[in-house]
Amino acid sequence: MAITSSHKSKLIYTVLAWTISGLIFFPILWTLLTSFKTEAEAISASPSLFMFDWTLENYRDVLERSPYFTHFWNSVVISIGSSLLGLLIAIPAAWSMAFVQTKRTKNLLMWMLSTKMLPPVGVLIPIYLLFRDFGLLDTKLGLVIVMTLINLPIMVWMLYTYFREIPSEILEASRMDGATIIEEVFHVLLPIALPGIASTLLLNVILAWNEAFWTLILTAANAAPLTAFIASYSSPEGLFYAKLSAASAMAIVPILILGWFSQKQLVRGLSFGAVK
Amino acid sequence: MATTQSRTLAKFMLMPSVLLLLGWMIVPLCMTLYFSFLDYNLLIPGEHEFIGFLNYEFFITDPAFTESFFNTLLLVGGVLTITICGGIGLAILLDQAIWGRNYVRIMVLAPFFVMPTVSALVWKNMLMNPVNGLFAHFSSWLGMNPIDFFAQVPLLSIIIIVSWQWLPFAALILLTAIQSLDREQLEAADLDGAGPFSKFFYIVLPHLSRAVTAVILIETIFLLSIFAEILVTTSGGPGYASTNITYLIYTQSLLQFDVGGGSAGGIVAVIIANIVAIFLMRLIGKNLEG
Amino acid sequence: MGSITLKQVTKSFGDVNVIKPLDLDIKDGEFIVFVGPSGCGKSTLLRMIAGLEDTTSGNIEIDGQDATDTPPAKRGLAMVFQSYALYPHMTVRNNIAFPLKRAKVAPAEIEQKIASAAKILNLGDYLDRKPGQLSGGQRQRVAIGRAIVRQPSAFLFDEPLSNLDASLRVNMRLEISELHKSLATTMIYVTHDQVEAMTMADRIAVFNAGVIEQVGTPLELYQNPVNRFVAGFIGSPKMNFIDIPTANDGAHSIGVRPEHIKISNDEGMWAGNVGVVEHLGSETFLHVHVEKIGTLTVKSDGDCPFTYGDKVFLSAAQNKILRFDKTGLTLPSLTEI
Repeated sequence: MAITSSHKSKLIYTVLAWTISGLIFFPILWTLLTSFKTEAEAISASPSLFMFDWTLENYRDVLERSPYFTHFWNSVVISIGSSLLGLLIAIPAAWSMAFVQTKRTKNLLMWMLSTKMLPPVGVLIPIYLLFRDFGLLDTKLGLVIVMTLINLPIMVWMLYTYFREIPSEILEASRMDGATIIEEVFHVLLPIALPGIASTLLLNVILAWNEAFWTLILTAANAAPLTAFIASYSSPEGLFYAKLSAASAMAIVPILILGWFSQKQLVRGLSFGAVK
Repeated sequence: MATTQSRTLAKFMLMPSVLLLLGWMIVPLCMTLYFSFLDYNLLIPGEHEFIGFLNYEFFITDPAFTESFFNTLLLVGGVLTITICGGIGLAILLDQAIWGRNYVRIMVLAPFFVMPTVSALVWKNMLMNPVNGLFAHFSSWLGMNPIDFFAQVPLLSIIIIVSWQWLPFAALILLTAIQSLDREQLEAADLDGAGPFSKFFYIVLPHLSRAVTAVILIETIFLLSIFAEILVTTSGGPGYASTNITYLIYTQSLLQFDVGGGSAGGIVAVIIANIVAIFLMRLIGKNLEG
Repeated sequence: MGSITLKQVTKSFGDVNVIKPLDLDIKDGEFIVFVGPSGCGKSTLLRMIAGLEDTTSGNIEIDGQDATDTPPAKRGLAMVFQSYALYPHMTVRNNIAFPLKRAKVAPAEIEQKIASAAKILNLGDYLDRKPGQLSGGQRQRVAIGRAIVRQPSAFLFDEPLSNLDASLRVNMRLEISELHKSLATTMIYVTHDQVEAMTMADRIAVFNAGVIEQVGTPLELYQNPVNRFVAGFIGSPKMNFIDIPTANDGAHSIGVRPEHIKISNDEGMWAGNVGVVEHLGSETFLHVHVEKIGTLTVKSDGDCPFTYGDKVFLSAAQNKILRFDKTGLTLPSLTEI
């Protein structure tokens, strides 16, 4: 094994990996670039990758002509609100399943996951009608409730896998040391599980931010988050590529950055502990 | 840690989650079931008559149902195949010693964080549009006729978009799984004279089975209810060529205001999902033990 | 302060009886070791004493007070776990302070107690480190430190040394023994290692399948085991058991310890061939294949000359042979008759 040959294979793999990942990333890159072009350049038949007149015109237009910040705020409230609410409900459940295991624990977890498999259309009409009757249609509160419920099983499961890794002896030690159950949770369990809780929170913010079934169906102008706002660009009169790109960029960049920061934890969380 | 005290407490702590999920599942589901036996259209006021299984009969015998049923299978199956095969390939590639692996990872992962409406619109307009899309420019540069993706191959186009969204997820989970493979196993195989192919099929692939199971489970959950991508690209068309069951029920309930028919469809969707779920849970139960 | 009495204590998980009705008196200041193979119930019993497991029936009394249903925090006991169970997010100082803070001890007093524990256990240099930065032995010391600052009425040790490597284990064994001498507090120590039990205990309780087979001082157990199980469990290398045709006095098998067999090249009770020979320097273990009896382990001097395949003769010291009836109970030895 000469050094040169392993260097050569490293070079080949590097080129291959960069090419493929470049292709995968390209639609996003292209969107970001187009958002800085004029509309004419955006649909030009001989598009240029970087050599064009960079302009912020589109961003100004989107911000001026549409209530972008309202939708952005809606997205923030719905995704963060539902994730925090979800944590509040899921942490006690995950605690009891992870540390007080019974014969039913496994089945209970499976059942929770199976609620996630219930197709949303199965409950579409009742939820729509209930929301209409309770005045929850097109409200942020309504969406926070729905998002909390649809992501609850994932939260419980993720927290459960994180909690399972904490040796129960540590909690027993705190009990021997005279800690009350509240002290046990706040002084011992939560600080130790903090990384896991943070990544659960993060992943659910991402999932809720990008959820696009209930947000499209249950909202109109008032509570529509960015997913629904962007969908309004699908109508033909909205076919301005540069503006579409600018709006898209503003919708995805915050979560893209958040996601990149949390990529490692994300894998473990999303695979329900199947992969470490 | 199993004293009566802690067990009681544990039950108490489980209660909110269990009750909420039960409520979320049972109450609306019962209502759907009830509506599915009624002649109930939001546009037609008055009494809702009980009509037995008529809604089901209409829903299932509608050719649109058969078509969207197969579309759903094709969509889920197609995306799963592409993302898992592609994911394994990518994972193996990213597992090699390469320069700038972190940047490559970040680029590969990015599509997963893009909201469905954005990715559908970007692909639909900026890439797949037959006049102004980049693919059209590219094929005319090659001297070929541009493909009108959403008119000619609507379902395939959606499969491509959704696969692009889910490939990063599969690749990253499989990459993490590959990295957890015990290197000594591979070295032992080297000593036993195994070539790259037998190493892949006898060591790497079996090691990945757990991760692949997880990917199938999670993706299926989300893929069965693909909605936004269809809504903003083809609206299910042309005809029903790109309508899946979720979208079919949506049009019936909220565009035609046929609560009864939509509910029957919803129940059918629940039954289909249950069949898939039972199948998947078996798989998972076996593979995720411990 | 620190006597513990178990009265007809049982524990069952569903239909499985993990602890069968059991009585035990642990005296104040005593170092008692629970020893037995894994799954014998010794750890479960310790956890029941700690209050981490419910008692199915019977009573646990601490210092004469019934504590059967008292929560762990109120029993005044301290426990050292096998995995040390340190709080990974707290410094050593805060780990040790944790029980004191829970007991609302004044900060000045906490400081003083930490300082004295650190001195006893040589932890002075590590007080501001986190457990992750410590070696196994140091972690073990922190766990002990956390236990002693509370001045409990008894210490419970759950296999505390099994995660340490062999040489460290010997050191910690001595340290814990010394700690016991200086604190003179009751200690209950669970282990599966009979060497730990023999070297540390004032009294040993030998567990098997949820019952205590025998309680006694190390030498009592070594010299007068009540049955075949205790005889086989105490002592290393293990006692040799030989099945014999039922004699008229009811003996079914005999047991003889390796150190009580003499090996010679010309005469003895049994003839055999030497198998594996293990030289430890100070002594030698020989595994001798004897026809119709099986393999007998023999302990000999360090300069034992026999090697693989040699034909040898073995003879057992008559007054050291133990005889067991068919249920495994020890029969009175021949010399006593």
